[in-house]
Amino acid sequence: MNSISTIPDADAAEAPQFRAVRTAFEQYESQTRARGEPDWLSSLRRRGLTRFLAAGYPTRRDEDWRHTSLDAVSSMPFALASSAGPDDRIVQLLEGSAFSSVSGQRLVFLNGHLIPGLSRAVRLSDGVYVAGFARAVQERPETLRARLTADSEDGSDGSLGALNLAFAREGAVVIVPANTIVDEPIILVFVSSPRTAGERTHLRNVIVTGPNSRATVIEHYIGLDTEPSVTSSVTELHAGGGAILEHIKLQDEAGSVFHLATLRARLESSSKVACHSFALGSRLARQNVLATLAGAGIEAVFNGLYLGDADRLIDHYLSVDHAAPGCASHEFFNGVLDDKATGVFYGRIRVRQHAQKTDSKQTNKNLLLSDDAAVHTRPQLEIYADDVKCTHGATIGQLDPEGLFYLRSRGLPVGTARRMLIHAFAGEIIERVSFGAARDVLDRLVWERVERTRHVSGSEQ
Amino acid sequence: MQPILEIDQLEAGVQGKQILKGISLKIYPGEMHALMGPNGSGKSTLASILAGRDGYEIIRGRVLYQGRNLLELSPEDRAREGVFLAFQYPVEIPGVNSAYFLKAALNEVRKYRGMPELDAIEFLALVKEKIKLLDLDEELLKRPVNVGFSGGEKKRNEVLQMAVLEPRLAVLDETDSGLDIDALKIVANGVNCLRKPDNAQLVITHYQRLLDHIVPDKVHVLVDGRIVMSAGKELALDLESKGYDWIVREAKRVN
Repeated sequence: MNSISTIPDADAAEAPQFRAVRTAFEQYESQTRARGEPDWLSSLRRRGLTRFLAAGYPTRRDEDWRHTSLDAVSSMPFALASSAGPDDRIVQLLEGSAFSSVSGQRLVFLNGHLIPGLSRAVRLSDGVYVAGFARAVQERPETLRARLTADSEDGSDGSLGALNLAFAREGAVVIVPANTIVDEPIILVFVSSPRTAGERTHLRNVIVTGPNSRATVIEHYIGLDTEPSVTSSVTELHAGGGAILEHIKLQDEAGSVFHLATLRARLESSSKVACHSFALGSRLARQNVLATLAGAGIEAVFNGLYLGDADRLIDHYLSVDHAAPGCASHEFFNGVLDDKATGVFYGRIRVRQHAQKTDSKQTNKNLLLSDDAAVHTRPQLEIYADDVKCTHGATIGQLDPEGLFYLRSRGLPVGTARRMLIHAFAGEIIERVSFGAARDVLDRLVWERVERTRHVSGSEQ
Repeated sequence: MQPILEIDQLEAGVQGKQILKGISLKIYPGEMHALMGPNGSGKSTLASILAGRDGYEIIRGRVLYQGRNLLELSPEDRAREGVFLAFQYPVEIPGVNSAYFLKAALNEVRKYRGMPELDAIEFLALVKEKIKLLDLDEELLKRPVNVGFSGGEKKRNEVLQMAVLEPRLAVLDETDSGLDIDALKIVANGVNCLRKPDNAQLVITHYQRLLDHIVPDKVHVLVDGRIVMSAGKELALDLESKGYDWIVREAKRVN
């Protein structure tokens, strides 16, 4: 019996954009076969494609996508981003990029291809593994197979996750053995520089930290503003029992990019994990955070900041599953929206029946700087246990006029006063980053963006 | 001599409701005036108008500050020109560090007055000197503005800001309310230390007890948007013993 699953044939009614996906997959599969990808992965890819073709792109009819339309993504041509050598502009972009001055191991990807020449290796603790996905498939097949199979069977990130797995060429794989402390951060930089409209980059990152280990991982997405393109990124994160892990994602893509991402986190007992999402760029960004608190005594923080201007849309979708007793999860998401930007926040906390003594707190606060900016927020609690402490809340508002007046009454110009208040609002999120060097970088970056915000110097409102 | 503050027949209101019904007042350099009156008489409205808070309509009259039309200035320009309001309810500003805020404010004011800006070390030296006057903990400077401050600390922090910014005209809006007697003495002592021959204070208060510790040159009583009586400091004592009812009746009789 063939161990590789088969793809159903296209019927005559298949939409042209799906045919393009199918064709791209056939070409891609011949490449993966040529580079000797194992059967289990080919099989997972085929299953992914099949799932995607059956379900299609999410539409606004889906409850989870009510406010975010992917029409622009589905109607765009479908072409896989090709490999390219980094030119001077890319080198410059990297040199001036946010974490360039932060020391640590660094992997740089350009259009979904690992660029060893721009990456930087440092001496890591014994047994720590950091490599590109394609290489890790050969070197660490058991770990990857376990993670990817679990993902494929779970299917909770929907058709986009399935599509990602079908085409994922690269990504970073980080494996930290038990009882190992990684002092320096592991920095993953994903650069997009599309050459034709509709280019797709599919990234699959796997981060596995063993029991009682400690690590900091940074994902940074940047790019050159050229053609409309799609970055699809899925990060699988598995924190072992007692592990301490900080994951920082900075999405600062070019304004022509559609960024569709999922962070799936599985946390084991007594781990302490903080996942930060800073969404500053792209034309449309969807960040899923799907977390399972699988063991007792976990402390998890999901912390995020989104800044939107022009007509950008930034969507955070959180689902935190308390599947074990005595865990704490705190979600803090603040958004600042200017011009015609839209923010979307959906946050679901599910507390299962046996997850007693759960302590969960969720807040989503939004600052609207213009009359045309909008936000849709929907915090949700689903509680099946009876001895829990759960709170949630969402606010949408403008800068506090009393605070503004107070600052001005001491001599500060109205623009400075507004910036101070916006920065303070963003600062609530930034200060939760415990890795100091990254916190400073993020603080400076956010301050720069706030300075640029159009509606800070006006005296209206 | 030119008054620091001259209010002339000021009538003003909010949302179509007239609150001030013709106030006239002159405060000369070196003077401290107390403005007293029952709740709802318009004391805080006057303070807000002097500081430039939004939402008040000036119906008629004028306010001159050192001979200039104060009402046409933005709140920040008033501050830079030397007008200071100690808030009745100091505003909490999460995320904005107290020292950072106060240094930024001081440097705005200094820049405007053509003085060199202070660097972090010079500023810290200055503020540590002033903070002693108010018996405040230096740790407060590391906290966000007014966040986690007790009621008394907030009020003392207002006077600390006043001490740092060295205004020509300080308006203290019920800075004494909510203070225990020890805090009241500290605030009063702070205000007394800041009195100079070239500046002026307008102290707004509901109670006479603040005036046990700071001695005004003049006391004005505001009732229903009008100053119904102005006299020396002994007026405050009369109010203490007889209450506001007496003066309200007096005012009606005279009118």
